[in-house]
Amino acid sequence: MKLPYYPGCTLKKNAKNFEKAAIVAAKHLGIELVELPRWNCCGAVSSLTSDDVMHHVAAIRNLVRVQQMNDDGILDNEYRLVVLCAMCFNVLKRSNILATSNANMLNTINSFMDTEPDYEGTVEVKHFLEILRDDVGFDAIKSKVINPLKGLKVSAYYGCTLLRPREVGIDDPEAPTIMERLIESLGAEPVDNPYKSLCCGSYHTVGSNKEVVARRAYRIIEGARRNGAEAIITSCPLCAFNLDNRQALTEKLYPGFKRMPILYFTQLMALAFGYESEASFDGNFVDPIPLLEEKGLIGMKVQK
Amino acid sequence: MSYYHIEKEENELLARVEEISGEIVTLCEQCGICTTSCPMAEEMDFTPAAIMHAVKIGDRAVLDSKAIWICASCFTCTVRCPRGIDLAKVTEALRQIHLRKNKDYINLEEVKEEELEEDLPPIAVVSALRKFTG
Repeated sequence: MKLPYYPGCTLKKNAKNFEKAAIVAAKHLGIELVELPRWNCCGAVSSLTSDDVMHHVAAIRNLVRVQQMNDDGILDNEYRLVVLCAMCFNVLKRSNILATSNANMLNTINSFMDTEPDYEGTVEVKHFLEILRDDVGFDAIKSKVINPLKGLKVSAYYGCTLLRPREVGIDDPEAPTIMERLIESLGAEPVDNPYKSLCCGSYHTVGSNKEVVARRAYRIIEGARRNGAEAIITSCPLCAFNLDNRQALTEKLYPGFKRMPILYFTQLMALAFGYESEASFDGNFVDPIPLLEEKGLIGMKVQK
Repeated sequence: MSYYHIEKEENELLARVEEISGEIVTLCEQCGICTTSCPMAEEMDFTPAAIMHAVKIGDRAVLDSKAIWICASCFTCTVRCPRGIDLAKVTEALRQIHLRKNKDYINLEEVKEEELEEDLPPIAVVSALRKFTG
């Protein structure tokens, strides 16, 4: 299966490990993720005003690229666009819903992008997790596991953009299970967290208000720890930064706080599929290697 | 207080917020589920329900609140509002009332260099600028 794929800016900078692990894990499942040519920033957050068309142009322009890939023969009638970054997914899907349900708006956007082919409303924006659930299936994933993550207790952190608003979300906004099912299929033990969809503070991590983020990170991480979690997985590079890198600040605010590894769900997949080096654990702020070694999940093959 | 009796047609704040957001703020019946659900309520000077009430009665003090900038558009209230109001759009409209007058909430020149150098993800910077500047 060959699918067009939108990386977004952060997967080329802070979250290279997210992308690298995803590409190898997808390949293991028979999916080739083909990066969109000439993709551009989606805008990171969706414009929420009723009169704003301009800020949806960037998102729609990316969807035009999917049409072009089909027109150029790179894809064979494949209009599902795969996104890994949960924030980009939310923005692209939201703009797509708005433009395809509002002929006036779509017309304005198409007239504005006068050097591009018109967007015809044919693209479907999909998060990679949806492809795993709906097209591959968790049973098939389980059968492809080479290195079962036995004994590893993992809590899923959904955050906001995978679940809300309802029309954009990929699962029940109040009781999501998609990532727990993935954790289970990889042989690890899913652990619930009452704060698994509590906002991490998002862009407040920029500027003078980052303690707001550190306080939320503490609540989220401790919620997982109380249920026995040893690591947390996420699909959003901003959540990852806030939960992972901001633990340095969380530590200062909460004496006695112990760091917990934060991983991308694709890193767990790559590890379970036997691609330890592509899982790129060196890219995480809180080092997950001691935990994975302790569990006997990495470093078993001694190469000297 | 007299502002409880502002007629809807005299309530400019309400009219402007409803125009920008496309939401009908007067549907709010102050049940408070937004406030109890809000992950940021404890950081706010106006809780989400108080923001709704202020707009409804035309209390412009809400425009000077910290709360409208603290709301991070997580959509928890939006998902839970029993009246179907998208509160995230209401706070966005309140921010936009400032931003459309070129009144930015953060001054980029005041952001310290070491903060920008700490390897912030591009989505953090872009989203902060989208929310805090016009």
